[in-house]
Amino acid sequence: MSAGKEAARAAILARVRASLGRGPGEAARPDELARRLAGGRPNLIPARSRVGAEERLALFVRMAEEVAASTVRCASPDEVPGAVGAFLAGHNLPSELVMAPEVEGYPWHAAPTLTLRKGRASKDDLTGLTGAFAGIAETGTLMMVAGPKSPTTLNFLPDNHVVLLPTGRIFGAYEEAWAELRRQSPRRPPTTVNFITGPSRTADIEQTMQLGAHGPRRLHIILVGPDAPPGEAPPGEEG
Amino acid sequence: MERTSHAFKESAVRALQDATLQMALGNMRVGFVGKRQKARERLPEFERLCDLARDIKDHTLKHLDFYLEAFEARVKAQDGEVHWCRTPAEARQVILEICQRVEARTVTKGKSMIAEEIALNEFLEANGIEPVETDLGEYIIQLAHEPPSHIIAPAIHKTREQVSDLFFEHHRQYGKTRRLDETRALVDEARQVLRPKYVAADVGITGANFLVAETGSVVIVTNEGNSDLTRTLPKVHIVTASIEKLVPNVEDVWTILRLLARSATGQELSTYTTFASGPRQEGELDGPGEFHVVLLDNGRSDVLGTEFQDILRCIRCAACINHCPVYRAVGGHAYGWVYSGPMGAVLTPMLIGIEEAGHLPNASTFCGRCEAVCPMRIPLPRMMRHWREREFEGGHSPPTFRRGIKLWAWLARHPRLYGPVMALAIGLMARLAGRRRRFRVLPLAGGWTGSRDFPAPEGQRFMAMWRARRAARGGP
Repeated sequence: MSAGKEAARAAILARVRASLGRGPGEAARPDELARRLAGGRPNLIPARSRVGAEERLALFVRMAEEVAASTVRCASPDEVPGAVGAFLAGHNLPSELVMAPEVEGYPWHAAPTLTLRKGRASKDDLTGLTGAFAGIAETGTLMMVAGPKSPTTLNFLPDNHVVLLPTGRIFGAYEEAWAELRRQSPRRPPTTVNFITGPSRTADIEQTMQLGAHGPRRLHIILVGPDAPPGEAPPGEEG
Repeated sequence: MERTSHAFKESAVRALQDATLQMALGNMRVGFVGKRQKARERLPEFERLCDLARDIKDHTLKHLDFYLEAFEARVKAQDGEVHWCRTPAEARQVILEICQRVEARTVTKGKSMIAEEIALNEFLEANGIEPVETDLGEYIIQLAHEPPSHIIAPAIHKTREQVSDLFFEHHRQYGKTRRLDETRALVDEARQVLRPKYVAADVGITGANFLVAETGSVVIVTNEGNSDLTRTLPKVHIVTASIEKLVPNVEDVWTILRLLARSATGQELSTYTTFASGPRQEGELDGPGEFHVVLLDNGRSDVLGTEFQDILRCIRCAACINHCPVYRAVGGHAYGWVYSGPMGAVLTPMLIGIEEAGHLPNASTFCGRCEAVCPMRIPLPRMMRHWREREFEGGHSPPTFRRGIKLWAWLARHPRLYGPVMALAIGLMARLAGRRRRFRVLPLAGGWTGSRDFPAPEGQRFMAMWRARRAARGGP
């Protein structure tokens, strides 16, 4: 940092402390502050999502559809290629997709008409295909985590976004999904975490809602797994 | 950005007479208020969350130095940079230096009130860098060369017709020569025009809704997805944020996020909520190569510990603006700077001075709706009163007003004189009012009677009525 920038930093911190009426390093109750800084303790989770696995799945579907996402169920991964093909055909879309490496393990050979390219999205890709780190039932939200196998551009550039979400990955509240992320990535948070609730939208012209402002016009969620996901607690949670 | 807050009265009169503006503002009456109410009713925990959110921000502000340093340490550990800036000039310079170092020619921008506060666009243009606003509302007003008139709906003052004219005029250069009428078609055309710009931009600049000390994350909330494309596609991501955006941890962010969209647009959650925590890491397929947080003070540190500290809890949801009868009558431009409505009436004098913005805290009916709907429980009317006091103490109010207030204050402190003088005045006015019980003209009250009648007093003072009532009940 240059001398000028260092001076600005020192001046702002000094001014903050002077206004708060204390000297440098004189933080009250350091234990309390360290505890707050560590995070991991939810404040208040609304009762809405404190339900069993089956109801949680139903809540996720209801909330996602309310914000104009579409959903479909597949009992097993074998049905997924067909479901992707049906979505494309239903909207008269070409059968070319750009796919996140994280979902390459599905049995795509079962749908030879699909043309799949692996990697990040370019501005001409019409349909992107990704997994999701989690679903959040409270508001029908998808949690997408950036990584070598899950590029962020796939969530935003293509006109259509198809997401494969195992039913066992549906949590009640945001905090529960983030707790799972903390467990998997304890050293630092991933570069980018996107919480996505429905397709892109804007009401900037005369307060009239339009879908597909800059991000996807369509968000299609394929729920993979049994109708009632196993267990009462979301994955990763004890008990 | 030009400041015209001192001319609020004149601007308000013009706004009231502007038929197109009044038509555009009419769209607001049906939307925001009802949707917020519904969203609030759907979440039984709403009011408890408001209490928690207030406490989170109060705690953070009380230990702001600690959380600022913790945030900086995390960002640095995650290969990002934090730039501390005391003034708008320092912030602009930092941003320019980054842009020049990477030889940036175009910059895409997500909506940021801090970028407005530091008048970034004009500065970049003056230095040969083209800024491209990507939020649809911001894009519209950039074409129109106007400032935003609402913190979450910057082009709310524009009608579809006006947007259609702007696109027709400016999109010709991209070969789009048809004049469009439908909102759908207008949104699609903006999407097509902006798409190549995202890809071509060298630097992306976004705002921040929260800065998270625990994780060194910047939280960015949009409905369009424009800020995510702005962050992800260029080589460099610059975040502009003010120091009070800090919150301690991720759970605290979610508590406040449950209130933000509901209070703003009535959505359960905005479409995109992004936690951005540094540049692209080894092995990742996309994302920015550099990550910079420009941290602006601009007078906020002076407000800590004063009677105005509570305004630093503001999360820019615009609920106060959407429920303000004054805003809904005159729109945002009359306020003459970046922030408008009740939050603007409190914040603007803080940032550009009460001498310049003295009219704003006076532009209130004190109906109290702003405070009632504020999810962060900010006592906005009380703070407007504090500004009025400061304006008076600083001698910024007009001389006749000051003399009148002084005379009143003196009289009110001398009850033996106050009683008889008031009784005389009230009795006289009651007799003079005649049958209509109203005054069309009243000396020294032209400001009131210029646009409405002054009701005549009922003929007796409250204290006299009170005594009579007590006597009738046989009290002491």
